[in-house]
Amino acid sequence: MSEHSTAVERPLFSPFNVIASLIILFGLWLTYLRFTGGLAAVSNLDHNNPWGIWIGFDLLCGVALAAGGYTTAAAVEIFGMKKYHAAVRPAILTGFLGYSMVAFALLYDVGQPWRLPYPFIISPGVTSVMFEVGACVMLYLTVLFLEFSPVALEWIGARKLRRVIVRLTILLTIFGVLLSTLHQSSLGAMFLLVPSKLHPLWYSPYLPVFFFVSSIAAGLSMVIFEGTLAHRNFHDKMDKEHLEASRRVVLGFGRGASLVLAGYFAIKVFGIAIGNNWHYLATNYGLWFMVEMLGFVALPCFLFAIGVRERNATVIKWAAFGTILGIILNRLNVVLICFNWQLPAEARYFPNWKEIGISVFVVTVGIVLYRFIVTRMPVFYEHPDFKEKH
Amino acid sequence: MSRSRRDFLKLITGAGVAVAVPLTAEGHDHFTGYPDSYGILHDITLCIGCRSCEAACNKVNNLPAPEKPFEDLTVLDQKRRTDENTYTVVNKYDVGNSSVSPLFRKFQCNHCMEPACASACFVAAFTKTPEGAVIYDPSVCVGCRYCLIACPFEVPAYEFHDPLDPRVVKCTMCYPRIIEGKLPSCVEACPQEALTFGKREDLIAIARERIRKHPDRYINHIYGEHEVGGTSWLYISGVPFEKLGFRTDLGITPAPELTSGALAMVPIIIGMWPVLLGGIYFITQRKEKMAARELKDAVNEAIENTQASANEVKAKALAAAKQDKEKAIEKAVEKALKEAAKQAKETKEDNGKEDA
Repeated sequence: MSEHSTAVERPLFSPFNVIASLIILFGLWLTYLRFTGGLAAVSNLDHNNPWGIWIGFDLLCGVALAAGGYTTAAAVEIFGMKKYHAAVRPAILTGFLGYSMVAFALLYDVGQPWRLPYPFIISPGVTSVMFEVGACVMLYLTVLFLEFSPVALEWIGARKLRRVIVRLTILLTIFGVLLSTLHQSSLGAMFLLVPSKLHPLWYSPYLPVFFFVSSIAAGLSMVIFEGTLAHRNFHDKMDKEHLEASRRVVLGFGRGASLVLAGYFAIKVFGIAIGNNWHYLATNYGLWFMVEMLGFVALPCFLFAIGVRERNATVIKWAAFGTILGIILNRLNVVLICFNWQLPAEARYFPNWKEIGISVFVVTVGIVLYRFIVTRMPVFYEHPDFKEKH
Repeated sequence: MSRSRRDFLKLITGAGVAVAVPLTAEGHDHFTGYPDSYGILHDITLCIGCRSCEAACNKVNNLPAPEKPFEDLTVLDQKRRTDENTYTVVNKYDVGNSSVSPLFRKFQCNHCMEPACASACFVAAFTKTPEGAVIYDPSVCVGCRYCLIACPFEVPAYEFHDPLDPRVVKCTMCYPRIIEGKLPSCVEACPQEALTFGKREDLIAIARERIRKHPDRYINHIYGEHEVGGTSWLYISGVPFEKLGFRTDLGITPAPELTSGALAMVPIIIGMWPVLLGGIYFITQRKEKMAARELKDAVNEAIENTQASANEVKAKALAAAKQDKEKAIEKAVEKALKEAAKQAKETKEDNGKEDA
């Protein structure tokens, strides 16, 4: 294939590899501290603030930003938008790695990670929303693994197994969308239990719907954003079809994201109206709420629309970046910033640098795996032996 | 009859994990607590802040000795909460009114009738016992700390310092002692009878009686009778509860009701999403197939049309050619005849000349 002959030389001691290795070594040291000294040795978690950035960022943002997998697969396989076919593999890969990193971060966060299978084999607590989240995430990780596996099977040349799994595509896609609907919404539903702790502007009986709808916008934006980064770094790995499709993907997904964000903005406003929480808008938290809603929902929605109308990919990419920041902001608001809002300032949480270090370590491991896979396996191009018509 | 029907319902709801939740949560049965369950009434007007209850609790539960001894009342100058070494604390509140101030309030797990911690736990480590105590089983705990998040009273604590076997820590209402027929240690230790142990229903009656007899001494509110669906610990006070660090904005909705709606949607999505998504898939497939067929039909039609018109042209051309040919023949015949006539004439003339 021509792509291979023009492939960029990637030296072993590139700046990326050196920095990533240092971060990983550092992360291993933090891992040692965590499992010898307990959660207190590396985190600022306490009895009032039992969840920190590992749940707020690694889990909640990780799951929301990995939504590109199910949104893209649904668009192409179920809704029949075949023109975005080239976006499916990168999105599935990001989803798979995203969820893997979520599970990886959980090993640091829970007190006894070796008991993580307990809810399903020893003592199921079926009244818990978290039971459902756990079950769905576990199953969905399996689905993503299967959805991604043809890429690895093409790489190693396992034809028969690949053919079997490719035949399951539509079933896997439907199951994946089902599981994603359930756990994306349930992550919001987990906070239904805390009307007395979460600020009324963020607490709503609609929390599950808010989380689900915003995850679609997050997924579409991540596909655009990740595509931009991939073009910068792995342009040499992309085949003609992928390169031709990328502009279509940016325009099409930008249009979708604009629509979804508009709907999301509307239901968030309905949430305020139904809770009759208008008076909180005049407080400091209200100001913060408006920053989130106007700066990171309405503005990206508008920019997406402008970008699509003007056919301006740069504007759409900035809108995608803004949406991603908005999703991160929203999840951190729900779990950390606007949670325990009634506690005095000295009882509030701020992450320890070692906690942030572990989060950086987890994200770095994800990026290293991503690079390893896309530089070796047919993600951005079609394997010459497995060409298909679309 | 109704009994066996109920057992049958229990059986089928127990069989389907996902189904069990909404049915029990959304059913017509309204859980009002176990009959004859116990509770403790804390009369805040009687508490003198001696910390005897704290000392007794520490001893009975084999908790580590605190930094400052229990006799040291300067500890009360700070607002404290429960932690991994402390099941209960007494806090001091300056309420302004010098005749009653300061006031003291004991703080510990309230043993909710429908506990948020139990509702939140994904390994069912918490149990509301028929005796009223909410107890915790550390042997199944994964350490997710959702119970700490869920508790509206901010009671459970976690052993954040333990690397290998961290547990959630909270008051047990001295469940092991209750089973043995003993009083909870704090109740037994209280020198002021500010704590009364008994059946919750009786305690509510006692509290009401005290409020009725001494309307000047108590405000008319039993905290815990209805808050978050009711708690086994009950409080009566002479000043509004918010002045004593109580949350009075918790509402009366028990925790399970907050999530039952969302959980009830789970089986619906499991049932309907494949129908919806499968339906969309078949519709798009069908559309694609129809589009392909229409394209094929259009192509075929176009080919046919072209062929037909070509045939017509050909036929016309043939006809024209035939006509031309006939004309040519006619002309040729005519010409030949003329030629022949001319020749005949010339021959005649020649003959005539010769004759002449």
